[in-house]
Amino acid sequence: MIATEMSPQEIKSNKPYLDWGLSEKEYNYICEKLLKRLPNYTETGLFAVMWSEHCSYKKSKPVLREFPSQNERVLQGPGEGAGIVDIGDKQAVVFKAESHNHPSAIEPYEGAATGVGGIIRDIFSMGARPIAMLDSLHFGEIKQARTKYLINEVVAGIGGYGNCMGIPTVGGEMTFDDCYTGNPLVNAMCVGLMEQKDMQVGRAQGIGNAVMYVGAKTGRDGIHGATFASADFSDEKETQRSAVQVGDPFMEKLLMEACLELTNKHADWLVGIQDMGAAGLVSSSCEMASKAGSGLELVLDDVPQREPEMSAYEIMLSESQERMLLCIRAGFEQKVKKLFEDYGLEAVVIGRVVAGKQYLLKHNGQTVADIPVSSLTDDVLEEASQEQVPQRILQAQKKQQWIPQINNAAEVLTKLLQQPTIASKKMFTQTYDSQVRTNTVVGPGSDAAVLRVRGTKKALAMTTDGNGRFVYLDPKIGGKMAVIEAAANLIASGALPLAVTDCLNYGDPNDPAIYWELHQSVLGMAEACRTLDTPVISGNVSLYNESNGKAIYPTPMIGMVGLIRDLKHIIPSFVQHQGDLVYLVGQTKQDFAGSELQKMQLGEISGSLNEVNTTKITLRMKRLLTAMEKGLVASAHDLSEGGLAVALAETTFGTKYGIKGELSLSGAELFSETAGRFIVTVAPAKQKQFLAEMKDKVALIGKVSGESQLHLTYQDGQFNLDLEVVKGLWEDAIPCLMKSKD
Amino acid sequence: MTNVRIFVTYKESVFDPQGETITEAIHSLGYHEVKQVHVGKFFDVEVEGNIEKVKETVAQISEQLLVNFNLETYRYEIMEEA
Amino acid sequence: MKIAVVVFPGSNCDIDLYEALHTVCHADVAYVSHTQKSLAGFDAVMLPGGFSYGDYLRSGAIARFSNIMPAIIEFAQAGKFVFGTCNGFQILTEAGLLPGALKRNNGLKFICKTVELEVSNNQTAFTTQYQAGEHISLPIAHADGSYYADKATLEKLERNGQVVFRYAGENPNGSLNNIAGITNEQGNVLGMMPHPERAVEALLGNEDGLRLFKSILENGKIKEEAAL
Repeated sequence: MIATEMSPQEIKSNKPYLDWGLSEKEYNYICEKLLKRLPNYTETGLFAVMWSEHCSYKKSKPVLREFPSQNERVLQGPGEGAGIVDIGDKQAVVFKAESHNHPSAIEPYEGAATGVGGIIRDIFSMGARPIAMLDSLHFGEIKQARTKYLINEVVAGIGGYGNCMGIPTVGGEMTFDDCYTGNPLVNAMCVGLMEQKDMQVGRAQGIGNAVMYVGAKTGRDGIHGATFASADFSDEKETQRSAVQVGDPFMEKLLMEACLELTNKHADWLVGIQDMGAAGLVSSSCEMASKAGSGLELVLDDVPQREPEMSAYEIMLSESQERMLLCIRAGFEQKVKKLFEDYGLEAVVIGRVVAGKQYLLKHNGQTVADIPVSSLTDDVLEEASQEQVPQRILQAQKKQQWIPQINNAAEVLTKLLQQPTIASKKMFTQTYDSQVRTNTVVGPGSDAAVLRVRGTKKALAMTTDGNGRFVYLDPKIGGKMAVIEAAANLIASGALPLAVTDCLNYGDPNDPAIYWELHQSVLGMAEACRTLDTPVISGNVSLYNESNGKAIYPTPMIGMVGLIRDLKHIIPSFVQHQGDLVYLVGQTKQDFAGSELQKMQLGEISGSLNEVNTTKITLRMKRLLTAMEKGLVASAHDLSEGGLAVALAETTFGTKYGIKGELSLSGAELFSETAGRFIVTVAPAKQKQFLAEMKDKVALIGKVSGESQLHLTYQDGQFNLDLEVVKGLWEDAIPCLMKSKD
Repeated sequence: MTNVRIFVTYKESVFDPQGETITEAIHSLGYHEVKQVHVGKFFDVEVEGNIEKVKETVAQISEQLLVNFNLETYRYEIMEEA
Repeated sequence: MKIAVVVFPGSNCDIDLYEALHTVCHADVAYVSHTQKSLAGFDAVMLPGGFSYGDYLRSGAIARFSNIMPAIIEFAQAGKFVFGTCNGFQILTEAGLLPGALKRNNGLKFICKTVELEVSNNQTAFTTQYQAGEHISLPIAHADGSYYADKATLEKLERNGQVVFRYAGENPNGSLNNIAGITNEQGNVLGMMPHPERAVEALLGNEDGLRLFKSILENGKIKEEAAL
């Protein structure tokens, strides 16, 4: 930081704003159209950070409008800390996902930890108690020491924060591909539960009402984190990176308990509450004012500060963690102070809602900013983007599709089970406390996590899913598949999918090919969301995920939450009884492009995807759910990476059973990854009813056997695999890779 | 004001898994001449009062809070006296 | 019998203990804040798991200076039941109510999984409903669970039958003598790393912890009746 600030005139000529991510066009627009004067140093900083993609979504907004965001269950759609969905009994589920890719690439432990901390604050700022964490992690292949370090530290950061908070980390996904080596993806999702009467909003209104600051003191950490998240990575930039934020989960635990007491017991004191996340105090305060159409005056000298002599610019842009901003009804300030004091926290009045619509900042007796609130939030220039179909897609359409040759299916299956993306993630997930608060019915390692809702007979199922490979090969179809996969995971656990949160992880949107990927994949996801009636109620966009000029696979992460109406009908993903019939639900096609098999055999993915019929799959899933709710299904497992063969093996792991099957598929088709399929086991006594309910094509493919063997007879061969042996290989694969020296 | 650095370490007989792991990592970097690593922690404290009183205070806070005598032991260094 | 569940700043298994006692065992139970100075009216006190004071410095090291601690110590000395699980166990050792200390796990990582335990002493007030030598499964969830005590202390623990639970399968953290839970010499204070309160409902897949709470409630009742 430079000691003396540039004058408005110097800013105009030296253009420091270019380094902060503001373009010359934007700067000129602000000077000429919005302010009709030159902004000072602090004001320019406010614009730079508020107009960054991270805060304004100026690039992605036109595309995000494609998403459905409402239905009769949605109580709060996008635009607040998190989305809220009605789950009956005057209760609601609240959830949101957020990416922390860039911070995690630099300082993986703190990057992941503060990502978890931030998303938790979003949930309790809505008045909800966070009940579960999930994540979606994508790393490079487990080869380089740096990748292993990133994996270990990210996992430790997620666990370190969530465990200390006492919020169980119940599920998630982890995949490995070379494209994520320099730019790992760290997406975290938090789910909260609330009484509908406790719903809060992030608004600051009512002239004279107080703006109060609670939580950790403000330091110089993470300044320009938001703009930094909107710039791409290259190795040379290493030295320019701003100080990383450090998380303090203990502080956040106290902050959460105090805020929940305020929102749930003293709602009459409170006007609005918001987390200070990206772009810290400026973003939280001006968003609160903007949503209410209010004016705001803040006295920065009153902001609790950890370091001496911080400038207005630094105070406003700091991304110190574990801070919340409250709007408190005038007259209740002392009561709020006392409430927070009881938790060992300081609540300080730092400003007031004022007449007019200006955003006024005072520091050291001077007015350091005086600009319209809306100029920071609503007047952002949306950027029209160029789109172009990438060459690889055009070329793939001309080429013949790859069809694998399978000579020894047992060997292929054994190898597939050891691919890191498929192999057991237990060595990581067991470092997360998945049970604290004792609601976890189904924890990590299943299709979806399931938590009971205490005091009711309901349960919530939740999952995160993202498969960059499919989206890379065909963004639109891949986008549909991402949503279908998440829904299938919920259905497999017996839940009705309710709604979606997303993290849209892409490369540099200024590249027309990448913007096209973003647009097409959103169209695909939106279509699937409409068909499934699962609106997108919250989410975030993470662009510029590139390393040395090479983008990641376009990787939208879908977080989905579903409702299980009766605890009795939670469906396990493992086979339950010897003699149960094994059904394959859904047709298997020649879907090998982007499959785990293709990656394993060719070392890369290629080809084009076959169309996915979301209507047909939705209908099939609804029938399956009805069969489950009628008690006709003993277990269900969704088919994903590695296809049917892998799913058959997985569904027996941890049980004493095996499967003896006979099917009309070819050896290759055992590994096809056609979307929207399930393996379902049904007690013989319920076979008739099950078939009547399903109507659709379900194929009886075998029986659950009493010995730990997978015995398959298929069109062009047969094999018998010792499940104990392959389970051992599946479990040891990742620990072996993590331990191996490179 | 006196600046004191208090070092807290495991007693000799206590197994130090962090130290073991770090030793292994150092060996994997090729420094086999490094035979053992012991991990400890230090606390920098600023204490008011005359030097005798400072020493007394440091001993007291170490023994009451900073050290778990089941596992750990401590020593301290006077960094600078004002 | 009335049971107190103490809530320290950073406790997070407090609700689990409370619900296990209240909802599952239908016991008379109340939360008591760390700021309180008295346990008057209570017959047993339980210290929950979590990260009191963020586990900064050492697990349990700061919590032992809470306002409530003198009352807990007095309570223990009066022979009333004191139970600590996970962070609660760590606090009890830091406070000197139980011998030894809990170190970082040998694997250096936090571990959450279900482990096999042997009930090494079923003659304590906390374990009468288990069979001697019975093997049970309970979840663990900790980073600092490796029990350490010097040789003389270990010998004394073994001699007195103060080792109540022992890891029976793989030792998950490197604790000496596979110790998972111990009592004080009088047998009225139990600390253990595993979480019995997480294993009291079939819905969550494990009920092996239930008998620990039932033992306490039953023995508390016997004590009350004897006093009358």
